[in-house]
Amino acid sequence: MAIAIFSLALISCEKETNENKIKKVQEINDDNYIVELYTETGKFQTGYNEIFIKVKGKNTDNYIENININWYPEMQMMDKKHSCPRSSVEKVAGETFLQKGYIIFQMAGNTMEHWNLTITLNDGEQTVITEQINVQAATYKNVATFKDTISGKKYVIALIQPQKPTVATNDLSFGLFEMESMSNFLPVTNFTILFDPRMPSMENHSSPNNTQPSYNNVDGLYHGKLSLTMTGEWKLNLIIKNAVGDIIQGNAVSETEDSNLYLMLEAK
Amino acid sequence: MKKIIFILLFFLSFISLLAQDDITDSIPEIKELDEVIVLSKTSKNVGKQFKTMSTLDEYLEKSSKITLIRRGGYAWEPLINNMSSERLNITIDGMHIFGACTDKMDPVTSYVDVSNLSEINVSSGQSGASNGPTVGGGLNLIRTQHDFCNPGWSGALDFGIESNSGLVSTGINLKYTHSKFFIDADFTYRNADNYKAGKNVLVKFSQFTKYNTSVNLGVKVNEKNSISASYIFDNAINVGYPALPMDVSLARASIANIQHSAFDLNNFIKEWETKVYFNTIQHVMDDTKRPSVPIHMDMPGWSTTYGLNSRMEALKNKHKMSFNLNAYHNQSKAEMTMYPNNKEEPLMFMYTWPDIRTTYVGISVKDRVQLTENHNIQYALSAGYHQNYVANEFGLNSLKIFYPNMQASKKRGLYSTQIGYTFNKRNFELNTGFAYGERAPSVSEAYGFYLFNSFDKYDYIGNPNLKNEQSIESNLGLTYKISRFKANVSATYFHILDYIIGKHNPKYTPMTIGATGVREYSALKSVNILSTDLSLEYRPINALKTRAFFSYSYGKDHQKQQLPLIRPFSFNMGITYLIKSVDLELAIDGASKQYTYSKQYGESETPAFAILNFYGGYVLEKPNYKLQLRFGVENILNTYYSTYSDWNHIPRKGRNFFISISYQFKKSKKEISEPEDHLGHIH
Repeated sequence: MAIAIFSLALISCEKETNENKIKKVQEINDDNYIVELYTETGKFQTGYNEIFIKVKGKNTDNYIENININWYPEMQMMDKKHSCPRSSVEKVAGETFLQKGYIIFQMAGNTMEHWNLTITLNDGEQTVITEQINVQAATYKNVATFKDTISGKKYVIALIQPQKPTVATNDLSFGLFEMESMSNFLPVTNFTILFDPRMPSMENHSSPNNTQPSYNNVDGLYHGKLSLTMTGEWKLNLIIKNAVGDIIQGNAVSETEDSNLYLMLEAK
Repeated sequence: MKKIIFILLFFLSFISLLAQDDITDSIPEIKELDEVIVLSKTSKNVGKQFKTMSTLDEYLEKSSKITLIRRGGYAWEPLINNMSSERLNITIDGMHIFGACTDKMDPVTSYVDVSNLSEINVSSGQSGASNGPTVGGGLNLIRTQHDFCNPGWSGALDFGIESNSGLVSTGINLKYTHSKFFIDADFTYRNADNYKAGKNVLVKFSQFTKYNTSVNLGVKVNEKNSISASYIFDNAINVGYPALPMDVSLARASIANIQHSAFDLNNFIKEWETKVYFNTIQHVMDDTKRPSVPIHMDMPGWSTTYGLNSRMEALKNKHKMSFNLNAYHNQSKAEMTMYPNNKEEPLMFMYTWPDIRTTYVGISVKDRVQLTENHNIQYALSAGYHQNYVANEFGLNSLKIFYPNMQASKKRGLYSTQIGYTFNKRNFELNTGFAYGERAPSVSEAYGFYLFNSFDKYDYIGNPNLKNEQSIESNLGLTYKISRFKANVSATYFHILDYIIGKHNPKYTPMTIGATGVREYSALKSVNILSTDLSLEYRPINALKTRAFFSYSYGKDHQKQQLPLIRPFSFNMGITYLIKSVDLELAIDGASKQYTYSKQYGESETPAFAILNFYGGYVLEKPNYKLQLRFGVENILNTYYSTYSDWNHIPRKGRNFFISISYQFKKSKKEISEPEDHLGHIH
């Protein structure tokens, strides 16, 4: 009894700390488990999604503390299938039941094509559940796939930070992944990402004191600083250089043309 | 606010204690101002009144010590000693008030009207520091002072029209005086269309409409104490700024104060005036009437000031002393919203003044010592505490893009000292002095965020790390006067350290569409500015008065680079014919070619010019009323010209015929006399 009360207290406590921050997107079920998927916005969008997961026993109705979660998102296109860049799923520090990871969806689902998410649970016994998920297009283009103009390899670049850009010097991070195969996306560690923030609605003016990103091997992302001098739509024009410093995609912004590789965001 | 009330009560109680002593004495006249511009319509000196319904700007323009930056037909910005707003201390009766426009479209002088004022005191350099820190000088707008003499009704009606711009000005003033109280109210309305420059070139967007009203109340508590309250409401709408990319749809000020005045409190204190005040300004820029703008913007600004000012004049033996306590708190905020051409896109917004709170507390002491009959010395000291605080977090974060380590708050001490000597013998007077003064950077200079200057086409960024600007000043004046001739020469030299000016930073790219680059406010090691002038007056016969005025200025930095807005050699000359109630004047105004100009700061050469003006007047004085007629033609030859301080060389008014009628009446039980005669104790 004492244990039950204790765990109840824990659940309510967990609810307090996270309920405000995250919203449930959907549940994925089989006969034994309910897998609850959460994000901050309550939906899946193109680009970077930080996804929180809790697993409940269907029969016990209790959250499960020690369970190993693996995931595999897959786009069901008309002619082919492919996955996307993603992290592994890890326990959230300081939380009992909550685990998290990220998935970077390159595209939204539509009536003809959709994403499936396969969750593999392992608590000594392995369970595989696959269900369709709804990935909506984000308001701003925050992910891009591009081809290395030299080697022909395919890459995905996504804006990870800032998720809520403000008029300030923002922490900036990009994820850059090589599409090794349809299912495998490897973090790229030794490239150079150059960005040039512009405001297309204000004759493409730039912003001062930006710091170009550099690779951080702790989280596998490229970190820099982004200055946004006013609210509104900003365009991050990108140039990607390979390990030897050759431009593999993107071009410098000129009076007449922006980079063909870019991401968008809105400062609020 | 509670604190201010407390301080006021404290002062009032203190005053009432002192008021027990009832020894009377008369206040000696303190004449150390460089110039007094008389505005009062009741002035006896008709000759000084070239138009009874002139705008305040036109009066300022007549002053030899002041030049004006013109951005159109309205709200000209005064310059003293080649220095503008941020280097000047501009007050209304010692009350601090700050414009709410980031682009200096609303100098303080634009929020009052001639009808609110009796005179303007112009002080050069540190002589203007008694009301607060300054470098270039001070401009104190003195409101009409009322008294309890001449019980009864009095008032005035004014009407003026001008051919160029179709300017119509009307004013009404009504006053009731009782031996124990007075009430006075006035209202002025001015409306102008676009004016035509010389050669009949229409200057579009030069129109304006202005309403101004003020109410004054006063109660005489006893023989020595009176309390008065005053409120000015000034509202300008539809103001065009042809030299700028934007106009102003609204510039509105409310200026209020309560004042306690005491006279002849004891042997020492001759006058003690304490006021608490409040003023608030709303300024709205508008580009909706312009035919094509790259992007539509809203740029409103607000400025609110609370303050306390206490001034005491005292007399002891050979000393004439004045003490001044000044405290104010100002909030300046301005924002900019840009509307993308694609209506689907979100609005673009920034704070151009991120809610800056400025607190200032300062004291100053001035003493004039009559050493002997011919020798006078004077000295002054002032010290102040100045604090800026960025109250808006959004704005602070924006500024941190440029200054990552900046703090929200910045404190400074500001000091000033002055010493002067006057020698006076028969026809000759010499005065000379040295002074040191400091000023804090203005809100724009310290915290401005992408302020576009349409003169040099740069975006300006404030710099919160600026040091105080320090000025070392010396001046010399010589006057020679015999019965029909007077000559005066004066020179003021400024050596200014850490002179604040925008410096191009090639690292930054501009925000404003069409801007050349970004200038960051920074300090030049030092600059030298010299202002000199010569004025001559000769009256060959009683009916004929001639005058001539010449001025020359110099302004360069330590690397001999020209500073912007330095007045070229300028002159004006006039001949006045006075007979009985009629006066006629022919005057020439002009300037040489501007040989040295600052290309760096957007200046281009201003050609030489000279224009011819004619002024005439007739005055009819009867015991109960006075009728004054003024008429004339300005720029008779319809010359197309602009001066060095006309923003982007916006041309000045072409030929202009004007006429104005002023009627003043007085219904009192006593004998009629000039009201100004009763103001002796004020001036």
